[in-house]
Amino acid sequence: MMLGILGGRIYDPRNSKDGEVGDIWVKDGRVVTPEDVDQKAAQTVDATGLVVMPGGVDIHAHIVGSEVNSGRKMRPEDHRGHERARSGGLRAGAGGTVPSTYLTGYLYSELGYTTVMQASAAPLVVRHTHEELEDVPNLDKGAFIVMGNNHFVMQCIADKQPEKARDYVAWLLGASRGYAIKIVNPGGVENWKWGKNVAELDDEVIGYGVTPRQIVQTLATIADDLGLPHPVHIHGINLGRHTSARTTVEMIAALDGHRVHLCHIQFLSYGAGRGHVHRSEAVAVAAAVNASSGVTVDIGQVIFGNATTMTCDGPLQYGLHLTTGNKWINDDVEGESGGGIVPITYKPGNPINGTMWLTGLELFLLIDDPWRVFLSTDHPNAGPFTSYPQVIRLLMDRDYRREMFESLHPRARRGALLPDLDREYSLGEIAVISRAGPARALGLEHKGHLGVGADADVAVYEECADKEAMFSRPRYVYKGGELVARDGAVVADVAGRTFSVAPQYDAGLEVELREYFKKAYTVSFDNYSALSGHGAPTEIVACG
Amino acid sequence: MSTVVEHVTCPFCGCLCDDLTVEAEGVEIRKVRLACSSGQGIFMDYDPRPRRPLVDGREVEWENAVAEAASILSAADSPLIYGLSSSASEAQRKAVALADRIGAVIDSTSSVCHGPTGLAMQAVGEPTCTLGEVRDRADLLVFWGCNPDASHLRHFPRFSLTAKGALTPNGRADRTVYVVDVRPTGSSKKADHFLQVDVGSDFEVLTTLRLLVKGKEPSVDTVGGVPVAQLKELVERMKSCRYGVAFMGMGLTMAPARQLNVAELFTLVAELNEFAKFSVLPMRGHGNVTGADQVLSWTTGYPFAVSFARGYPQFSPGEFSAVDMLARRAADAAVIIASDPGAHFPAAAAAHLERIPTIVLDHGPSVVASHARVVFPTAAYGVDAAGTAYRMDNVPIPLKRVISTGRLTDEEILDRIIEAVA
Repeated sequence: MMLGILGGRIYDPRNSKDGEVGDIWVKDGRVVTPEDVDQKAAQTVDATGLVVMPGGVDIHAHIVGSEVNSGRKMRPEDHRGHERARSGGLRAGAGGTVPSTYLTGYLYSELGYTTVMQASAAPLVVRHTHEELEDVPNLDKGAFIVMGNNHFVMQCIADKQPEKARDYVAWLLGASRGYAIKIVNPGGVENWKWGKNVAELDDEVIGYGVTPRQIVQTLATIADDLGLPHPVHIHGINLGRHTSARTTVEMIAALDGHRVHLCHIQFLSYGAGRGHVHRSEAVAVAAAVNASSGVTVDIGQVIFGNATTMTCDGPLQYGLHLTTGNKWINDDVEGESGGGIVPITYKPGNPINGTMWLTGLELFLLIDDPWRVFLSTDHPNAGPFTSYPQVIRLLMDRDYRREMFESLHPRARRGALLPDLDREYSLGEIAVISRAGPARALGLEHKGHLGVGADADVAVYEECADKEAMFSRPRYVYKGGELVARDGAVVADVAGRTFSVAPQYDAGLEVELREYFKKAYTVSFDNYSALSGHGAPTEIVACG
Repeated sequence: MSTVVEHVTCPFCGCLCDDLTVEAEGVEIRKVRLACSSGQGIFMDYDPRPRRPLVDGREVEWENAVAEAASILSAADSPLIYGLSSSASEAQRKAVALADRIGAVIDSTSSVCHGPTGLAMQAVGEPTCTLGEVRDRADLLVFWGCNPDASHLRHFPRFSLTAKGALTPNGRADRTVYVVDVRPTGSSKKADHFLQVDVGSDFEVLTTLRLLVKGKEPSVDTVGGVPVAQLKELVERMKSCRYGVAFMGMGLTMAPARQLNVAELFTLVAELNEFAKFSVLPMRGHGNVTGADQVLSWTTGYPFAVSFARGYPQFSPGEFSAVDMLARRAADAAVIIASDPGAHFPAAAAAHLERIPTIVLDHGPSVVASHARVVFPTAAYGVDAAGTAYRMDNVPIPLKRVISTGRLTDEEILDRIIEAVA
């Protein structure tokens, strides 16, 4: 199939195009040179006056797998009123903050997104993650594998055997068909199995004597040594607490010299405020990010309305259950992880929610380099991904931002920096934070740009003053050169790919793992790998 | 040709023991090691002979059976798809695709076992854990309205009562075990403490436990047949344990008050976390009934009793649950997958199944198959078909194909039907 998207204003930051008028030619799912296509035979689209961008790349969302599905199952009230009927070759589904799998793919298409990374999967249940990924159409995907509370890793650290830890991590990524190392509240999730948590980077993990600092440093070193395309992806300690900004800054310092991605840092950028209301410490956190060139972040911007919080951070979720009184799922996972789910509604009239909202925006506006700060709502934790157009408008339109700020509770507004921040993102910068930047941080060479050789994932928008309206209704969306959405409505269901890594390791480790599994797990070593049995193949992305 | 397959998963119950060794001679299974008596039956009693599909009891070609099934479903106004719990998730996904395509109601055996557990989870949440955490950490076990000694024969040694783990190196000696039930059972005989509750009084007893956890004093000496002093002792143990786990079964879900019983237990467990780490696990029965909940949830948003009649998924237990659809005569055709509602449903529901054209996919004979319009003999997942099943703690486990009979799987047959109704 050949395609020409002609005469559009191209925003392709990686190839230094900032609105230049030009053509994009596509053949066999890739962007090619004009000479590579028979232009008479190609289907063409007149994009004159339209904005042409690479398809969106979401670096952090919870869309599939064990915890997401428990959230779906727990929340019938979340789906009602958000259903989608079958039509043509498109499947029916139920939406809300935790949509069903097919609808998740369709809803991303309707925003112009074509690549999404599943933010966490415990390896014991990652087969479930991959089953659901097969049922998410229209997106290329990958899954991050949680390791920050893994017993084998912590034992290697305690035994001072970093090489063994490296071999294990390499084996585990391959066995789970994962894409990156994820760390969630290192040590804190293990301590939660004793009803406790960690509060400092040098607190001890019960039973192992190791510390959160040692865990993150070990895994960051391993990610660098293995040459993983994406660095360690870290949800730090004290999420949601008034000590979180301090420990986030300490975390950045502890990982100096490493590549590192800190996710949804909005939730980890608070200090103590007056009257039990946290205050934004975006200035301090942004300064630390600005000063550390190896650090990338996504924000986890709060959206007012319904959300479903779900993380591997079990003690956090328990605290949220106590605070809100809302229903609570906890799930301790043997040998490696845990998790919790609590529904929540963010309200502008709630002083804490208001503080969270403005903390996220301050971070977006105070971090200087758009190549190191990415658009996310930590879907569905801070809000659903379907609200990305609203976040884009908040970043591009300071009047709209101020208007919404005025609706916040007075205690949230008091002393806030946000109204003094005049910065407005440009379209080119939006293309960086939602496409080019996350693709670069993920090491996905074929994503996030429209240069020759790139995947033909293209979103075409009609520019209008209301940027939320603009990004809510792309004129055309192509996934691998196939039209999947038109005028903001999905029109096709095409299979996506799943990316994974398979770093080298010393195969001798498997002998030890076989013995380890007999004691550590209730599942046989041979049945643990996501590769055992059938299932759709993943596409291996090279380490290097 | 003789074969030995190791690390085989038994598909019988929600324990999905995956440490079996199966020896076969061609398609004849000769020996199964480590399986319980139920698991032995799954493999040793398996009839591997090839069979042809039936239409109205007569053997026909596959394409004729598929065409007949498609014609029944195309003509139906309100088809019902039911069963799923002894199938693999790969086939469950196809069953939802078929339901979506033809606007059917789809339901699994969940609705007649742990459906109320799902409703309780939707109401109050569910603090839970994987079975390895039970084995490694739990020093207090409470079995409520369940009898694993008879229903899940390797649960005690592999995961709970006598299992040895990291913090429980002495197994049984490292645990205190309670059984709460309306009558003595094999499980209660193995417990340290047995609390016998009057039939229909579980809710009162659970509420009293919540009261005692909150430090309040009931004004009576006995609740539901149980002395309050015994409940106080249990509460003290629950508040002071290292890692407590409650297992619950159909003694709660199918007793009066159903989901309210379960929600009360789940709330009690949640509230105990203020004092001690505490989890609860439903004792899911069929091998992959948990997978049916999972697959329906990820494809439709709801775990069972889902209707596609209006084109989009709607969830309504009591309306779209299979027993109710049939007893109300609201279904005019049925697809029954790896299940026998003909044998297990209430009479009014089973009788309606005999009135409407029914399509059965199963690897063996069943009551519902005996009067079905179309019968597709299938392979059995875990025996002569590979797939994925979800353990009672939601851990996905591969099912192996230990013999090759060439029989078609549920997945393959559903694919053909979907193609034929398109």
